[in-house]
Amino acid sequence: MSRNTTDKTGIVAAQAALPAKISRTAYNAQKKRRSLMIASASTLTVVALIYVLVPLAPGWERVKNSFFNWEVLVRTFPKLLDAFLIDVMIFAWCAPAIAIWGLVIALCRDARSPALFPLRVFATVYNDVFRGVPVILVIYLIGFGIPGLGLSRTWSNPYIWGSLALILSYSAYVAEVYRAGIESIHESQRSAAKSLGLSHWHTMRHVILPQAIRRVVPANMNNFISLQKDVALVSFIGPVELLRQAGVEKSLLANFTPYVGAAIIFLSVTIPATRFADHLIARQNRERG
Amino acid sequence: MSQKILTLAGIIITASILPVTSAQAAGECATGKTLEEGVLTIATGNPAYFPWVIDNEPAGGKGFEAAVAYAVAAQMGFEAEKVEWTSSSFDQAIQPGQKNFDFNLQQFSITEDREKIVDFSIPYYTSALAVIVRQPTIDAGVQPTLESLKSLTWGADANTTATPVIQELIAPESDPLLYDDTINVIEAMNANQIDATLLDLPVALYQAGAVMNDGVVLGQFAADESTSPDHFGLLMEEGNPIKACVDAALTALIDSGELAQIEAQWLQQATDVPMIR
Repeated sequence: MSRNTTDKTGIVAAQAALPAKISRTAYNAQKKRRSLMIASASTLTVVALIYVLVPLAPGWERVKNSFFNWEVLVRTFPKLLDAFLIDVMIFAWCAPAIAIWGLVIALCRDARSPALFPLRVFATVYNDVFRGVPVILVIYLIGFGIPGLGLSRTWSNPYIWGSLALILSYSAYVAEVYRAGIESIHESQRSAAKSLGLSHWHTMRHVILPQAIRRVVPANMNNFISLQKDVALVSFIGPVELLRQAGVEKSLLANFTPYVGAAIIFLSVTIPATRFADHLIARQNRERG
Repeated sequence: MSQKILTLAGIIITASILPVTSAQAAGECATGKTLEEGVLTIATGNPAYFPWVIDNEPAGGKGFEAAVAYAVAAQMGFEAEKVEWTSSSFDQAIQPGQKNFDFNLQQFSITEDREKIVDFSIPYYTSALAVIVRQPTIDAGVQPTLESLKSLTWGADANTTATPVIQELIAPESDPLLYDDTINVIEAMNANQIDATLLDLPVALYQAGAVMNDGVVLGQFAADESTSPDHFGLLMEEGNPIKACVDAALTALIDSGELAQIEAQWLQQATDVPMIR
């Protein structure tokens, strides 16, 4: 009798197991829907609160007129877009130069032969100096200083020296990222390569660098996203790029809206770039398991 | 005799009463309209440059703008010790919200667009714009003609109205390079990155004469001939009721010839700078 009961309960349990599994999926879906709803509701509430409360501030009309002036934005935006081409241009020739020169510096720092010790000293001092000095100072010193030595007009062009200053500064940061990548490759791989008869250079070229560079791509993406903004600093020595154009419009119209316009343009490039970097990091994490 | 004395006394009394009453009347105009009651707060740039303010000390009253500020204050009924100085950048002057000054003077050019955001007084000075170059450019044969100026590489202070004047009046063949302030413009000229810049005439005379090694004022656009004459105005918060008092004071200074005197005292008169045609 008692056994019979046990069997019965066993069957009941087994019968219950199937719907339980289905209902768990349903439960999870429901839970997901619920959290999605809560997230949407809270986001909407925050946005609505900002939308309702900020305009209640007594100075809102003035702030709106000075920062979010539609008429001014429409009037200045085409000029801002034009000026942004200068940023894109400077970025386009600086980025590859930085990637290469940064790698050279990183390799100098990794030089292991005693005869190459001066290279290590050079790379160390280089990184210390260029990471320690604000980019804007480097731009001023190189941008005004070198042409001041008495170069011809062609060679005193601020685009050349402003770009060089950016390249020198950013290479220091990028070199450190490369170095982190190189050092993250386990020492045993060098030993293995050596036992196969590979020279130091061949080990670097075929074993270490392919892994190291790939590993630090996301970190370097961050450097290049920040370069994309710092290109604007070249405007300090003359080129009229986005930030400067916005400053000119601001000054002529006594209105800060052109700066908001410039921010929108910068964001329209940096946000996709940042998402792309996130995507790369996520993919790398998945690959490493 | 007694009558003479009486008349004399009458003259003295009226003479001593008149300025007092007019000052009081003007002082009353500003009553309740200043940031701090009984005190006039005036802003200028920091640093403020020669010849507008001498030695970056507006409270010394030396320099054209410092002198104008004290003259306006006196006309409004504020004694020199009732004038407070504060500093402000261009951006601070145009930001929305409470200002930390009653009026602000640092060579603000009056323009229609700026009028939408802030208030300006009537002009206290109208500057001619002058072209400044270095001796090597002169040696290369540049002339004070619009035609000759077109082929030069131009630079300017980005925060000034010189930029549109260069682009519209001179329309150079290459786009001008722009800088944060006059010092950087001059530095770029020394670095042979630009040939010429456009400055207010008094500043140009000072830069060429006292700052640069080989600077030359090539020519000037007459203040009234220029398509966009550079009228300087005192800047006030939009809708500031003190504007009426400031304008009245300036009008009185112009009518009495005092403003012209201050200008003659502090701003070098350029008689030998050729007009650009």
